[in-house]
Amino acid sequence: MQTQRQSNTPRDLHGVRVAITGGTSGLGLALVRELTKRGAEVALIARTQARVAAVAAEASAHGIVGDVSNKHDIHRIALQVAGRLGGLDVLVNNASDLGPVPLALLGDTQCEDFERALLTNVLGPFRLTKALLGALAASAREGKGSLVMNISSDAAVNAYPQWGAYGASKAALAHMTRIWNEELSAQGVRFIALDPGDMDTPMHAAALPDADPSTLKPPAQSAYELTETICDLLPARPALRHAS
Amino acid sequence: MIPADRPIQRPATARLLYLDEHGAIRHAPRSQLVALLRPGDLVIANDAATLPASLHGLHARTGRSIEVRLAGKPSLAHRDAQRFIAVAFGPGDYHTRTEDRPLPPAFEVGDELELGSLIARVERVLDHPRLLALRFDAEIDELWRGLATHGRPIQYAHMKEPLALWDVWTSIAGMPAAYEPPSAGFALDWQMLADFEARGIEFATVTHAAGISSTGDPELDRRLPLDEPYRIPVATEEAIAAALCEHRRIVAIGTTVVRALEHSAATFGSVAAGDGVATNRIGPETQLRVVDAILSGTHEPGTSHYQLLQAFADRSALRRADDALRSAGYRSHEFGDSVLIERDTRRYSRQTAGAIEVEDFPEMQGLVGRPAPRILRRFAPASAHVVQESHCLSPARGLVCLRD
Repeated sequence: MQTQRQSNTPRDLHGVRVAITGGTSGLGLALVRELTKRGAEVALIARTQARVAAVAAEASAHGIVGDVSNKHDIHRIALQVAGRLGGLDVLVNNASDLGPVPLALLGDTQCEDFERALLTNVLGPFRLTKALLGALAASAREGKGSLVMNISSDAAVNAYPQWGAYGASKAALAHMTRIWNEELSAQGVRFIALDPGDMDTPMHAAALPDADPSTLKPPAQSAYELTETICDLLPARPALRHAS
Repeated sequence: MIPADRPIQRPATARLLYLDEHGAIRHAPRSQLVALLRPGDLVIANDAATLPASLHGLHARTGRSIEVRLAGKPSLAHRDAQRFIAVAFGPGDYHTRTEDRPLPPAFEVGDELELGSLIARVERVLDHPRLLALRFDAEIDELWRGLATHGRPIQYAHMKEPLALWDVWTSIAGMPAAYEPPSAGFALDWQMLADFEARGIEFATVTHAAGISSTGDPELDRRLPLDEPYRIPVATEEAIAAALCEHRRIVAIGTTVVRALEHSAATFGSVAAGDGVATNRIGPETQLRVVDAILSGTHEPGTSHYQLLQAFADRSALRRADDALRSAGYRSHEFGDSVLIERDTRRYSRQTAGAIEVEDFPEMQGLVGRPAPRILRRFAPASAHVVQESHCLSPARGLVCLRD
């Protein structure tokens, strides 16, 4: 995680077009706020109309109602993202599903809960990335850079009991991210999976209701760090480059 | 030819008829396209995604059901985001051949059209009962939401099953600007782009708002293609300038790419980055300035697409190609087989004799930033065919006046 820049001035993202799934709560919401604060043009995608509208209004972002786990929503979402932003530079696949709540041992996990985790955490990001790949590659060809950031977890690496559905799905997402990156680096589209750390979010509260919030990272801090990583991975803004 | 009636973009059996620069015809599996191109070629495709441009609803004043097919717009600029040219039909849907569809009610300026959650208003009645200029009342976010939820891809009676958006988006579909898919691009996938790279073939894109291919009305069809906005990225302008300099071929994937590039070249002297509106018609009289070869679907004689192919190859060569397509059982329409046509060497002797030197491109030397439109001395804006094209402009060309 890039934290060494924390003391520096946050870098500007004017003109950068970003789409974030799960943008109305937890880390997603914090990312919407951080990115819009830096001037990025943001489209947020989430399931609940009222919350989408509220966050879009608060953050001056574009709200899109849709469910990434639903195959029939994917192109509707992609159409609105690419249409409204006029293209896309950064896609953040952040929307996640815990699997069974409360968490359960794999032997006690309902297949339907596992399927939902896979749909939201693996297939949804795959489908949405595929639908938006043309827009992302176009941005790369224009020299603006192009990045897909998939939100992962330490549960993707470590075998924590009761985190089977979530951990396995996030491990699949992380591995898929590496393969995307191998396949598309020649086209200039970069892929990265990052673990934002244990944050004080509604999802964390659902997973571990007894955790002491004071031991958890505020999502705003993770959002800051992830945004710095986005800045690191995009080429210097054309405006700055041309001014030199 | 056999109509392709299933929405499969890249069937394993897809075929390619290759009409080379000497008029020779060969057949190949379309999967071998990369082998038919040459290292150094610059391939240019249209990366427009396709809008769900068919909207069913009601004509409020008469209560009659209508289908509105968005078909064009004045420009890709923000100020025109809510404005469209549309072709309207009375009751019914794509299962009925467009030729047999009833007329819509007679439109009057200000008429309200209820299209799902969207309200559109007739801004202007154009000179054909099916043709209108409309403007959506919705805010832009609301307009996109309405199109996403209520719109369907435009489709025709040869395709029985309803098309989904994923059926009509090419692999490289980016900005949603096309009304019907730039379907020559169905041949492309990411493996092919990787294969291009491996073979030393360069790839670039334009975004061209491909309009509708048929209205079912012969009079209206004669006006096609309508004016089509396009956008050429700086990277594409630079790739084209370099390819022209180095005598490398430029291969267009689809008629829309030819139209955009040739329009830009005819306007600025060479292909220039930025937004334009293609008002040109390309046909047997057109002297192509940029494009050397085209990958296209199979087209019927008499259509504007077919006319465009005549800028590459003469009538007799195309007639031989038609015969070959027919006798070999090629499949037609947007999900059908393809042709690769190189421009005829007898008509085009590329400026290889008087080689273009770097000094013809002074702007290529160390320029940083967004280049201004480039005028190439040896490709000076030609009067001849531009003037001629403007003679071809039908009264419908008044459509561009929408902007005022």
